[in-house]
Amino acid sequence: MASLDDLKKRIASVKSTQKITKAMKMVAAAKLRRAQESAERGRPYSEKMNNIILNLSNGISDKENAPKLLSGTGENKVHLCVVMTSDRGLCGGFNSNIIKKAKSYFSKILNEGKQLKIITVGSKGNDQLKRVYGDKIIENISFKESKNANYFDADKVGRIIIEKFEAGEFDICTIFYNQFKNVITQLPQAQQIIPLNNEEDHNNSDESYEFEPDEDEILSNLLPKNISTQIFKAMLENSASEQGSRMSAMDNATRNAGEMVDKLTIEYNRSRQAAITKELIEIISGAESL
Amino acid sequence: MSEEFKIEIVNPEKSFLVKEDVLEVVVPAFEGEMGILKDHISIISFLKPGIIKVFSKSGDENYYVEDGIIEFKKNNLSILTSTIFSVTDLDKSKQGDLLKKAEAEASKSEISDQAKYLADQKVEVLRSIN
Repeated sequence: MASLDDLKKRIASVKSTQKITKAMKMVAAAKLRRAQESAERGRPYSEKMNNIILNLSNGISDKENAPKLLSGTGENKVHLCVVMTSDRGLCGGFNSNIIKKAKSYFSKILNEGKQLKIITVGSKGNDQLKRVYGDKIIENISFKESKNANYFDADKVGRIIIEKFEAGEFDICTIFYNQFKNVITQLPQAQQIIPLNNEEDHNNSDESYEFEPDEDEILSNLLPKNISTQIFKAMLENSASEQGSRMSAMDNATRNAGEMVDKLTIEYNRSRQAAITKELIEIISGAESL
Repeated sequence: MSEEFKIEIVNPEKSFLVKEDVLEVVVPAFEGEMGILKDHISIISFLKPGIIKVFSKSGDENYYVEDGIIEFKKNNLSILTSTIFSVTDLDKSKQGDLLKKAEAEASKSEISDQAKYLADQKVEVLRSIN
């Protein structure tokens, strides 16, 4: 059994860990509120953008010559995966969930004999992926300096993707991120952004639009913007998820530390009592033997 | 019958402006300024740098935009833009910053004609705000 002194030290150390996790939880909770707000405020933009593109692609007359960003290259050989994770750890299963989702997708693609390229956004994802898929990672982007997700950063990522697409480096692009549902639940998502996947709702609205200039030109102007918008949306969802995940992880850690302190305190008290009893027995038996 | 319609301006960060009592909006569409009144035909277009003028019952407002897309449908005007500033809020220093950035962009030699045209537009509009 550990000595009294050791137990005392352990209790002190667990207590100070508890203080740290408690503080981190508070910080995460405050940040979460902000991140959640901006995720909600950002939704109308991406929704409207989606709507307009849907209307446009429904209205497009010449499907054969549609911009490549919309219809794809017609091939399905090289996949680009953009894995978006956080730059900081201690946020529970947040990063691992994305990575797990991404890895199962990777192995599916590789089994089908297709080529895989990876861009990681955020350093944690890069750390976890580079061991297995190190040779597949073509770029690692990190926004450690910027505090909050902003559109400028998203646009940078979007530009990189479009540049690579125009250079013919890949056929299909998928982004991985965590969708924020609530503090306890974050859903890892795989969303295909090139070619645009809008099969889900073809509401054949017979609404006819006037276009100025023509559809093709608007589309080719809009689609790159849409990529950035989708990435921005993913970044907002991600940052809300990260804080939520960190908050619940730290909450758990604080509770566990509390339990541990209780257990250690009981053990400490018991061994102190045992020491006292032992001393008493020694004195009594010493006195009896006289 | 009322002559009002609804306008909604959103940027990636938030919903920038929502107004229900708009009488007319003039937007700097790519092929020239365009005035939109109630019951305009459904239209999608995109914007070049310029001033959006909103005339409503509760007062007129001007906004400077650098780019964007507009959609008008069933008397709902949606404007999506990444850069928007209210002209009244645009103070001298902010305006100077934007102007400097636009001028630097316009003076670059290795940009496409379209980018150059857009940058020139920015400079022109920003100068005219004074």
